[in-house]
Amino acid sequence: MHMDESEVHVMRDVPDPSRQDKDQLLPQLVAHLREHRTKLRQEWASRIQDTHLLEAMTPQEMAAEATSVYDNYVEVLETGSVEALQHYARDLSERIIPRGVETHEVIGIVLLLRDVLARSLFEKYQRDFALLNRVLDAYEPAANRIANTVAVSFVDERERVIRQQQDAIRELSTPVLPVRERLLILPIIGVLDSERARQLTEQLLSGIRTHRAKVVVIDITGAPDVDTTVANHLVQTVDASRLMGASVIITGLSPKIAQTLVTIGVDLSKMNTIGDLQGGLEEAERLLGYTVTREAGATSS
Amino acid sequence: MTSGAALVSILRQGSYLVASVHTALDDSEMIRFQNDLIAQIGKHRSRGVIIDVAALDVLDSFGSKTLRNIAEMARLRGAVTVIVGIQPDVAFAMVQLGMGTGNVPTALDLEEGLVFLNSRVGHTESAAALQRDPYS
Repeated sequence: MHMDESEVHVMRDVPDPSRQDKDQLLPQLVAHLREHRTKLRQEWASRIQDTHLLEAMTPQEMAAEATSVYDNYVEVLETGSVEALQHYARDLSERIIPRGVETHEVIGIVLLLRDVLARSLFEKYQRDFALLNRVLDAYEPAANRIANTVAVSFVDERERVIRQQQDAIRELSTPVLPVRERLLILPIIGVLDSERARQLTEQLLSGIRTHRAKVVVIDITGAPDVDTTVANHLVQTVDASRLMGASVIITGLSPKIAQTLVTIGVDLSKMNTIGDLQGGLEEAERLLGYTVTREAGATSS
Repeated sequence: MTSGAALVSILRQGSYLVASVHTALDDSEMIRFQNDLIAQIGKHRSRGVIIDVAALDVLDSFGSKTLRNIAEMARLRGAVTVIVGIQPDVAFAMVQLGMGTGNVPTALDLEEGLVFLNSRVGHTESAAALQRDPYS
């Protein structure tokens, strides 16, 4: 796809000799960039420092990455193989994303390299403007394609990481834990969106059936916020649990959530709420007829 | 009994009636079930009724309204009703459609329903038993 774009671009400018131009000029250009590798790479590195990019990395790391990015860049200019670059960019992203490198930094350094190399081409061909034009015709599409590929790979990799984390969180998010016979605890940690709330209801109701639960304690100490949809969903879950013969105790409503729920007018009159998980467990034990007594003489330590 | 025995079975268990709904009932079958059950409560002088809907994977608004009505009619005839065996999906669908069981008590399954009825009806029975001379 990128290949087609560059061909169209070149053909529009100079129809016939362009193909030939590109074939001849690119190797020439690559040879030039290889020859001045050290100088250009240093210039690029200093430009990166000037613009305060990649400050999350140490100078040594940056020098190492800069070298390999430079070599890959020149290689892709030479071969035009985007696949190899994609692979490299994904690999690079995998390494630098955990270090906190941002999208704008990655795009920024690739564009800086493109400009540094373009400058050096200006310098080399400044006496022959026509030739310079043709060199740039060959260079620019290839360079833009590289910038594009690196940016897309980086963003793809980041999205993959985010998706992976979301899946992991979702899987762990709604455990239904039996603590005593006929008593379940359902701790909710993290943001409760409607998808999670739906999953929670499903797991809770099937948990009630499999564990033959009579009392369920839902602890929402770890939930930062709820909205109207989720609050109503919680109320429905409590009602549905009652239809299955289990009573629900909700514990750990934060001051913020308590205020939100009352302000948005969710009807919580039928809900049995208790301040914290400890109180909720004590109430559940009372409902089930358990008495927990501390042995005389036992120490807590 | 005119209602098909295959759709609902109403069994006497001591002073309780156990009505098991085996399949989804249409409106007229539901009404027939209601008539039969209310008639049987008087016939057996039942003190408690368990309606087991475990076999149902869907319960429409008319169905749940009729169950509420049956419970109220049974109360007027002197019996406590408990609905048991509502499936998770059915339970949540009922709540979402805003058609719970009202004030009718519910329990997980038949066993729990019996425990519930014993706790509600049992004490009045034992009170009655106290007044009776055990040797007569």
